[in-house]
Amino acid sequence: MTSSPRLVSSTSPADQLGFASIDSVTAALGSAGYISTPSISTALYLAHHLRKPVLVEGPAGVGKTDMAVCISKALSYPLLRLQCYEGLDESKALYEWQYGKQLLYTQVLKDKINHLIGDADSIEASLAKLSGFRDLFFSREFLAPRPVLKAMEQEGGSVLLIDEIDKSDEAFEALLLEVLADYQVTIPEIGTIQAQIPPLVILTSNNTRELGDALKRRCLHLHVGFPDADREQQIVRARVPDIAQSLLKQMVDFVQSLREQDIRKLPSISETVDWARTLLLMHAEALDPTLVRSTLSVLLKRQTDVLSLDGKLDSLTHAAMTGSGSAA
Amino acid sequence: MERALTRFIRALRSAGADVSSTEAIDAARTVALVGYADREVMKTSLSMVLAKSEEEKVLHDHLFDVFFKTVEASPRREQQEDPNADSAEGEDNSNLMPGQGESQGQGNDDSESQALSDNTPTDEAGGDPDADQIGRFLALASNKNPAQVAMALQKAATAVGADEIRFASQTGYFVRRMLEQLGVEALERRLLEKLDDPSPSSQAQAQELIDARMAVQQQARAHIRQRYEVFGRSATENFMNETIANRSIDQLEYRDLERMKFIVARMAKRLAVRHSRKRRMRNRGRLDIGRTLRASAANDWVPVDLVWRYKRKDRPKIVAICDVSGSVASYVRFLLLFLHTLRDEVSDVDTFAFSNKLHDVGDILARLSPEAAMDRIVDVAGSGSTDYGQALAELQESYFDSIDRRTTVIILGDGRSNHSDPRLDIVQEIADRAKRLVWLCPEPPMRWGTGDSCMLRYEPLITKLYHCATAADLERAVDDVMLAYD
Repeated sequence: MTSSPRLVSSTSPADQLGFASIDSVTAALGSAGYISTPSISTALYLAHHLRKPVLVEGPAGVGKTDMAVCISKALSYPLLRLQCYEGLDESKALYEWQYGKQLLYTQVLKDKINHLIGDADSIEASLAKLSGFRDLFFSREFLAPRPVLKAMEQEGGSVLLIDEIDKSDEAFEALLLEVLADYQVTIPEIGTIQAQIPPLVILTSNNTRELGDALKRRCLHLHVGFPDADREQQIVRARVPDIAQSLLKQMVDFVQSLREQDIRKLPSISETVDWARTLLLMHAEALDPTLVRSTLSVLLKRQTDVLSLDGKLDSLTHAAMTGSGSAA
Repeated sequence: MERALTRFIRALRSAGADVSSTEAIDAARTVALVGYADREVMKTSLSMVLAKSEEEKVLHDHLFDVFFKTVEASPRREQQEDPNADSAEGEDNSNLMPGQGESQGQGNDDSESQALSDNTPTDEAGGDPDADQIGRFLALASNKNPAQVAMALQKAATAVGADEIRFASQTGYFVRRMLEQLGVEALERRLLEKLDDPSPSSQAQAQELIDARMAVQQQARAHIRQRYEVFGRSATENFMNETIANRSIDQLEYRDLERMKFIVARMAKRLAVRHSRKRRMRNRGRLDIGRTLRASAANDWVPVDLVWRYKRKDRPKIVAICDVSGSVASYVRFLLLFLHTLRDEVSDVDTFAFSNKLHDVGDILARLSPEAAMDRIVDVAGSGSTDYGQALAELQESYFDSIDRRTTVIILGDGRSNHSDPRLDIVQEIADRAKRLVWLCPEPPMRWGTGDSCMLRYEPLITKLYHCATAADLERAVDDVMLAYD
């Protein structure tokens, strides 16, 4: 690791502002509507100053992707997003040659070739003439940059979000290593393209498979879990500002107690937010068992979970209504 | 600081966390960036750099607390506020970390011993070579200057290699070595002399020496305990887990069960990772004409790069048939626990239990916790004398549809059928229908075929027969089963 020079970063003023301290990261995220935690802010702060990607793991729907979106908003950096899936390869992630344009170019070249080598009288002479020309066929003109390369090329810095990296193949992980360690992309025909200002790289994973050690070693590892009641209330309030405080407290308490139950798919923040919106639409002012029962499908996405909770639902609702929620 | 960090990383490694040297460098850069004034920030930051999974984070946070606990107790702040503090305490930061040790050693050493002997309330003559050591020892015991005592203990502990401690039972040994390092031998010699002399003043002095020895010993013990917490405890845990994984299952005791559950979960996870990874890699199939043509556009429609279709491999499907009669019950418990844990990876598992009548127990396993399920299963199916023939006949009659060419049938049992018809014909038919027929037998091969065992008669019909006595055997066998699907 010869990364000490990179500690002194050549960054824009806006950038410095947002990353002056851990607290200022929290503030910057807050201004973009993201309720941060100390560990999230610390991760981003370290990522910026150590020039390391952040690997964010945690259950679905706890705001991993949102974190990247909001930090890019807060810093007014462009966000380049790469959604991973099985079979994703370099032509979708890094770059691709534009075959159509290349084909046209060969047609044009065919017409012009006589003109170019017109006065050469032997094969050697014409080859020598040709080799004098730049290799246009594999040049930047014919290169279509994909998100990763695009992020490297942003002159004012950028946020690169590599979403759900666990859905991609092993081979793709290996492909990313060069990008993550050195912020560069090597294109065999052209050479190495190095980012002027390294992008802030955020990878998310739902942990459906174990990621390779090589990848993990190159990243800071941030685990985001379900929020505590306080933070969840703040988040819902930020997303659904019109909701009444009493209802907000009740529903967050209810969701928190739900997470302690033995169910396969625990409701996450995004579900709580959806539920808040649902309740708002229904003009509910307080929880009651019938209301909970009729809207439970917003929170629980598995029929077996709904069934297994059926018996406990009333007592859980009641606990949340009387404010002894998390004790239940 | 760097040194303390290096030791902390060593502690993490000895606890089983995989910390590479790149990560160690990153950790140093991190600390340089965030500083160590705010302990919480430092903890969060280091956990992001050093711990790369949830389990490692738990480990890291625990070790961090134990490791840097002494730091909180040290008089660091006072020293920083008062730069003119007693010069004998050495450099400002020398008390920051446990075992700051040899690198700053020599310089400090002199000033320290100087200070200690200065403080020594001893009236011994200077000519005695033991006097110096005893004086220093008594100074330690008097505990007048806690910072100095802590430092001396650190130095002694480092000198005797206390970081190498792995088991709690080694505490006594390391305490003794530390005391020797601190000069207890000289003190003991003096003590014997005094004890031999019956005069009251000598006896009183002897008592003083005994008290001093006790005081320092207690401190040394506390110190070693802390080092054990940091460097030893997790290593011991790992060792215990390793031992249990390789111990014969029927010798396991009830108190091992918790540990066993952990081991099984870890094995299942390991298998899941290994095999889900392989299953992703696909086999080349037929030519994909459309994509080949499109790819050839760049080459003036000359198909230079051929694009292939890929075909998916079978998803594993397992039918497990378990003998739950008394002799094999403890093995079945672990096989079922294992299958239960693998459920997320191998979604398609049918589980049957029998001693003579065959019961579909998949429902029980899905509904109850593993322990409760096991008791229930033994309740339902465990009574009655073993009859493989009857169970196999019932399987053929009612459940043969669930066995197809992508199914692996696992039979767990000792093949002791109380001299009833072993129904080799049905086993043959299962072997023909299924992808593989695997038999896990808890009995060692030398006992196969003895008494009422039909193992040798079943053996030629079975794809693979494993002697499966330990949890490690079990993992190997299931690994093999999964391998057939990769």
